Amino acid sequence: MSATAAHTAPSAALRFVRGINVGVAIFLVLYGTIAVLQPSYFEVEGFLNFLRRAAPLIILACGQLFVIAGGGFDLSMGSLVTLTVLGGSMLAGGNPENTWWTIGVLYLIGLGVGLVNGLVVTLLKVPSIIATLGMLLSLNGAALMWSGGAPRGYLPENFRALGRLVYREVPVTGIMPLSVIILIGFVALAAWLLHATVFGRQVLAVGDNPRAAELAGVPVGATRVLVFVISALSAVTAGILLGGFAGVSTAVGQGLELQAIAACVIGGAQLLGGRASVTGAVAGSLSLFALFTLLNLMGLPQPLRETVQGLILIAAVASSAWRMRRA
Amino acid sequence: MSASADIAVARPAREIPVAPLLFAGSLALYIVTALATGQHAYLTGEGFVGLTQRMVALGIVALGQTLTILVGSIDLSVANLISVAAVLASFIMKGEPAMIAPAVLAVLALSAAVGLVNGLIIARLDVNPLIATLGVGLILQGLLSASFSNFAGSVPSAFQAFAYGRIGPLPWSVLLLFVLAFAIWLMLTRTRFGAHLYATGGNRDGARLAGIRTERVIIGAHVLCSLMAGLTGLYLASRLRAGAPWVGRDGVYDLESIAVVVIGGTLLAGGRGGVWGTLAGVFLFATLDAVFNMTGIDAFPKQVLRGAIVILAVAVYAVRSRGHVA
Amino acid sequence: MKTQIGFVALLAGLSTGAIAQNFNDPAEFERQKALLTVAPQGPDGKPWEQNLGGEKVDTAKYKKPGPYKLCFSNAGVNNPWRVVGFTNMQAEVDANKADIASFTHADAEGKDDKQISDINAFVNSSQCDALIVSPNTTAALTPAVEAAAKKLPVVVFDRGVDSKAPVTFINPIGGYGFGIQGASFIAEKIPAGGSVLALRILPGVDVLENRWAAAERIFKEKGIKVVGAEFTNGDNAKTKAIVEDYINRFGKIDGVWMDAGATAVAALEAFEDAGKPYPVINGEDQQDFLQKWKKNKLTAIAPTYPTYQWRTPVIAAIRILKGEPVVGPTWKLPQPAITAENLDKFVNDKMPPLHYALCGCEQMTNYPARWGGK
Repeated sequence: MSATAAHTAPSAALRFVRGINVGVAIFLVLYGTIAVLQPSYFEVEGFLNFLRRAAPLIILACGQLFVIAGGGFDLSMGSLVTLTVLGGSMLAGGNPENTWWTIGVLYLIGLGVGLVNGLVVTLLKVPSIIATLGMLLSLNGAALMWSGGAPRGYLPENFRALGRLVYREVPVTGIMPLSVIILIGFVALAAWLLHATVFGRQVLAVGDNPRAAELAGVPVGATRVLVFVISALSAVTAGILLGGFAGVSTAVGQGLELQAIAACVIGGAQLLGGRASVTGAVAGSLSLFALFTLLNLMGLPQPLRETVQGLILIAAVASSAWRMRRA
Repeated sequence: MSASADIAVARPAREIPVAPLLFAGSLALYIVTALATGQHAYLTGEGFVGLTQRMVALGIVALGQTLTILVGSIDLSVANLISVAAVLASFIMKGEPAMIAPAVLAVLALSAAVGLVNGLIIARLDVNPLIATLGVGLILQGLLSASFSNFAGSVPSAFQAFAYGRIGPLPWSVLLLFVLAFAIWLMLTRTRFGAHLYATGGNRDGARLAGIRTERVIIGAHVLCSLMAGLTGLYLASRLRAGAPWVGRDGVYDLESIAVVVIGGTLLAGGRGGVWGTLAGVFLFATLDAVFNMTGIDAFPKQVLRGAIVILAVAVYAVRSRGHVA
Repeated sequence: MKTQIGFVALLAGLSTGAIAQNFNDPAEFERQKALLTVAPQGPDGKPWEQNLGGEKVDTAKYKKPGPYKLCFSNAGVNNPWRVVGFTNMQAEVDANKADIASFTHADAEGKDDKQISDINAFVNSSQCDALIVSPNTTAALTPAVEAAAKKLPVVVFDRGVDSKAPVTFINPIGGYGFGIQGASFIAEKIPAGGSVLALRILPGVDVLENRWAAAERIFKEKGIKVVGAEFTNGDNAKTKAIVEDYINRFGKIDGVWMDAGATAVAALEAFEDAGKPYPVINGEDQQDFLQKWKKNKLTAIAPTYPTYQWRTPVIAAIRILKGEPVVGPTWKLPQPAITAENLDKFVNDKMPPLHYALCGCEQMTNYPARWGGK
């Protein structure tokens, strides 16, 4: 009854509100509040610095989005980030000459991890939540085993620059962090892959209904494997930026996988597949990061920040479920 | 109604008997390792009691997790609820024997309430269970850590009997674990609620069309699961003599309980499985702890092995399933 | 109805819980402050065998013929401090090959419940002549340690238990001492009216809470303005983000106090990236911090919680089984701070970033390779 009413008299304002991605709306509200509390965030420089810090989470969310769109989960992202940072310091050993081949090896490791995740899910039929949970444990153990439990070396300066370097005196924007350039390139690539290629449509089809997709001629297994590879490669990218931004530590990746999933969901992605957008994932991760920043600025006691995070998570998903039903 | 019964009866009879195989395999691993390393004390009665004691905490919460997974849901808030329950119990008891009953009641009531909230958010608001329970878990942990930062209060020695007391050679808590498992097995196989649980997990829309009030079934499963988490919290408070706000999270009871349920042959999508498989999965984890201790394997290779074992244990029987898995 | 009771109970917990615990014990503060000035007894240059005061315990009743079977229940190796410490302990075991027949360890992975089971299994195993325990938490492990002490000589170190049952409990001065050393230095060196940012890892860990309680007290006594106390989770990225925000907000931060040094370099990098001068800072004895300190000539101090304390329990266990008296029931080890005067003695760029300089391991076999050095 109410649904009919809404259809017959949809005020322009209501339609506009429905059209906005929840994530975008949440982000604008949160960022506006931050900027009121801390005016420097209103300046271009402040925003770019914010983006620089949020870049790893955005990249992780974009990678996770492919797996979610295909109907699965990747819980191994966080420990792959840890492996990337610890492994990078082990391989490069502080020597700038080693940086480029080190990065190559790290991407190869990522490729391997993604392939194993994908093959375990498609060939051994282990649900992705369990397959990647096992991978989480193993990778974390492997990273610590490799380094002996503590960081064993430094990342060279040119490696660090990828996450740390900020170009000064740039026209128009004033400053330009290198990681923001990488971020823009990565997001563009992800958006193109998901929204403008046959592969992207196949991912969404597989997530929506694998049997129907198969009947329609979609290579379901290969598509599944590929989404895990994409997710793993994005985790390596995020690891390189995080290691670059802040240096080596053993706890660097902890919990990032859940943040990435939460970011996708806040951005309107449907768990278990079928509906996903890169804009949403970006907006979702920006919202989440803005929330962390805001709670920091407000000086709320640490534990209550978790509570607020939980509330927002449920509210975002409940509201999008509600909008789905009414649409 | 008949449709639901059909679905319940249609549980697989010809599949691999996961529970006995897993149990026998774990036991063999344990015995062989004890013999090979010459640590015969592990093979005495006391050794086996120690082994089963390792099962209790994870076992109780995993029994509850079995129900949510069977009904096609999942519960990521159990670890945080365990912390809340442990802290609340010891905080209310404050070492007073007279306060045991009120504390236990309060913990169980709160747990049921959390389960109700989980169930309502999932069944009524249509929020994905992973996100709903992750969110509720965060809320619980936040409120808890905001009010307690360390061990709060203590439990009286009478209450410690729960974790340390024995009937003859058998610890109370181990006995409780098996009684609970038996009770839940009865409920799943002999009651209408059990049949509805399988039916809802197997095919929610079908079950609804067959007249089952699936929302209530889902909410019921979550309430029971949270009650089990509350019991685990009570057990830990008794064993540790007090509750601390990190006991649940440090025990990784959320992910580990899900892992043992799935290792035990319960289908992650719901509708198939049962408690004995879960207990066998818990037994495997307890055995691994003991075996790693006997062999003196370092902490980090241990993690790698445990991850691989989780995947392989599920793969062994999942590989034969048809259709797509995500 | 039931629901209401539950929520009321939780709310009651919320309102009074904060009072139920207290990490700020003025008497212990004074005791540790006094210990900082006590001259250590024992062999020169071997602080892990020294003691600050303390009695001797007679151990004749534990005497038995060697070599001995030692068992060790470890809380975990979940941070670099524990990794370095456990490496020290294993090296100490190797150095005493003649007296040790076997050394068995169980890692509790940071779980109280598992550590209780591990200790019980050791006691029943008849594979242990003596048991060394590094408890995951004090309260939870007390009953298990007490039960073990009825059957075996037990040595506890790092974190204690609420019991006199162990033969001895070994640790350095403690958290208050750390907090006093760092905060006093910062209070003295920052300009008058300067501001201090406090960075903490996470709430609820006893030794970290003690460090902060002591520092807070010192800052209050000296009238220093603490502009914020933030939790970093020991994460470099989060540390850097927080410090950047504070620099943005206040323009100038004169001092940074830290309850642990693992993220000190990340905090300093935030000042570099913002183009600000380095603050007066306290780190810890991690090599990355010491190297940065030397290279950039920081105004800094590094209080420590020395990892050499992991050597002492092995030495103590052997002495106990030989029937030789040991320092007990509490054995306080020296807890020196690294200052500008002795920095050169500890800094070593051949060692990994989070190697703890006060490992007391430089003369041990396979140094530095065993600790990851070159």
